[in-house]
Amino acid sequence: MEQQKIIPHLFRTEFRKITAVLTRFLGIEHLELAEDIVSEIFVLALETWPYHGIPDNPSAWLYAVAKNKAKNQLKRQQLFQVKIMPDLMNASGQSQEPALDLSPQNITDSQLQMLFAICHPAIPIEAQIGLALRSLCGFGIDEIAIAFLSNKETINKRLFRAREKLRQEKVAIEIPSAAAIQDRLATVLTTLYLLFSEGYYSESQDTVLRKDFCLEAMRLTYSLIEYAPTNQPPVNALMALMCFHASRFEARTNEKGEMLLYHEQDETQWDEALIARGVYFLKQAAQGNAVSKYHLEAQIAYWHTIKTDSPEKWQQILQLYNHLLVLEYSPIIALNRTYALAKVKGNAAAIVEAEKLKLENNHFYYTLLGELYQSSDPIKAKIHLEKALALAKTLTDKQTIQKKLQLIITNS
Amino acid sequence: MQEFMLIFRHEDGGKLASPEQMQVWMQMTMDWIGGIAAQNKLVSTGSGLAFDDSRVVGHNNVVTNGPFGDIKETIGGFIIVRAESTDEAAEFAKGSPVLLGDGNTVEVRRLAKPLDFV
Repeated sequence: MEQQKIIPHLFRTEFRKITAVLTRFLGIEHLELAEDIVSEIFVLALETWPYHGIPDNPSAWLYAVAKNKAKNQLKRQQLFQVKIMPDLMNASGQSQEPALDLSPQNITDSQLQMLFAICHPAIPIEAQIGLALRSLCGFGIDEIAIAFLSNKETINKRLFRAREKLRQEKVAIEIPSAAAIQDRLATVLTTLYLLFSEGYYSESQDTVLRKDFCLEAMRLTYSLIEYAPTNQPPVNALMALMCFHASRFEARTNEKGEMLLYHEQDETQWDEALIARGVYFLKQAAQGNAVSKYHLEAQIAYWHTIKTDSPEKWQQILQLYNHLLVLEYSPIIALNRTYALAKVKGNAAAIVEAEKLKLENNHFYYTLLGELYQSSDPIKAKIHLEKALALAKTLTDKQTIQKKLQLIITNS
Repeated sequence: MQEFMLIFRHEDGGKLASPEQMQVWMQMTMDWIGGIAAQNKLVSTGSGLAFDDSRVVGHNNVVTNGPFGDIKETIGGFIIVRAESTDEAAEFAKGSPVLLGDGNTVEVRRLAKPLDFV
C-alpha cells in the first residue's frame, strides 16, 4: 500500500528533475534517452523496493542510481572519449570522472534552461507544450492526450517529431539572450498556464485534484520570477492567477472527494495567505503598460476571492471578460462573460445574448442556458440541462449537471 | 463570412462629456463590443477618433481646422465585424451606444475584397 502511494508521487516529482539534469548532462539530442534512463530507474525501484523495503531517503536512492546510469551511458556511447576526454586532457591536475550534479541549485537551473530549450521557435507550439509536459513535468502520455483532447498515438508522434526538431536545430540547453527572451517567454507562460489548468481541472479518477501539478506549475513560474531577466509583469500576473485559484484547493472538494461548486464552498477554508501572495504578485504585475490575458484573468480571479456579491464586483468582472474576449476569443470566456452579464443585467438580458453564442456542441453552453432559464421557465431549463448532460464527458461535469437538474425537479 | 466596418457618425462632435459620462460610455461600448466578441464575430476594435485638434485638408491642399465647420456629421470611430450578411452586420450596429445620441448614426460598410475592383 505504502509503495503504491509513494512511487507515483516520487515519479511525478523526481522524473522531471532527473530528466532535466540528465538531458543537460548528455545534450538535448539525447532527450529521449534521458527519459528512457529515468524510466528504467523507476522500473528498478518498482522491482527492488517491495523486496528490500523503501530506502530511508528514496530521492537519494534514485539520484545515486541516476549517477551510475549516467556514467555507464557515457562510457557505452563512447561519448566519454569524444566529448569529455579532450577537456580532461586539457585540464591540468588530476583527472576526474564527470558526475551528475543533482544538487537543488543545479536541478532548478537545469529545469529553467530546459524550459527555454523546449520552448524554441523552430518547434510548433503544441509540440513545445507536449514536450514540456512530458520532459519537464513528468506527465504520462495518457495525461497529455487528455490535456490536448487527443489520443496516445498522436501525442507520441508529435513528441517524436518535436525531439527530432530539437536535434536538427541543435538547440542548446541555456537561457536565451535578453532579446530572445521576449519571444520565448510567451510560450513558456502558455505551457505553465496549461500545466496548472491540467492540475486544477483534472479529469483523473483517483484524485479530483492533482495538486502536485498545480504546485509544480507554480514552482516553475516562481523560478521565472526569481530570475531577474524573466521577472516581468505577465509572469507576475500568471503567478497571481495561480495563487488565487490555488487558494481554493481545500474548499473545492467535500469529505467524499466530490467537487464543490464555487457558491457551495465554505470560504473560511480559502487560503488567506495564498490570496495575500496573489495580491502581492498582482501589484508587481501592474508595472508597465502592457495588459496580458494573465493580467485580466488574474483580476477576475481576484474578484472571485471576495465571496460576497456586489454590483461593483460583477460590473468589474464583466468588463474584464469583455477585454479578455477582445484580446482573444474562446468559447469558455464567451460563456463566462455571459454569466457575468446575467449578474449585472439580469437573466432575461443574458438569455438574449447567450442564445446568440450558438455553441451547440458545448455542454457548458446548455448548462448556462439551463441556469439562466431556471427561475423564469423551468421546463426550458430542464430541456437545456438534459442536453448538457448528454454532451458532458467527465464524471465531475455530469454530477454537477445532475445536481442542477435535481434542484429544478424538486422545485417544480 | 464577410467583414464589415461599422462607422460611428456623430451629429455634433463638439459636445464634451464629463469624466463620469466618459466612464459610463466606455462601459456601455465595451459591453456592446464584448457581446460581438463573444460570438467570435469581432475582427478589430478599430479605434476611437479624437474630436479636438483636427484638420480638414481640402482641394488644392487648403487646410482648415476642425471641428469640421460645414460638415454636418463627424466620424467618432469604427470597429470591424464578421457577419454572414449586411443585415447581420446591421443587427450588430443596432446595439451600439452611439445610437443613444439623437441624430447619431452607424454606417455599415462591407470591406471590399481585392477582386471587387477588378
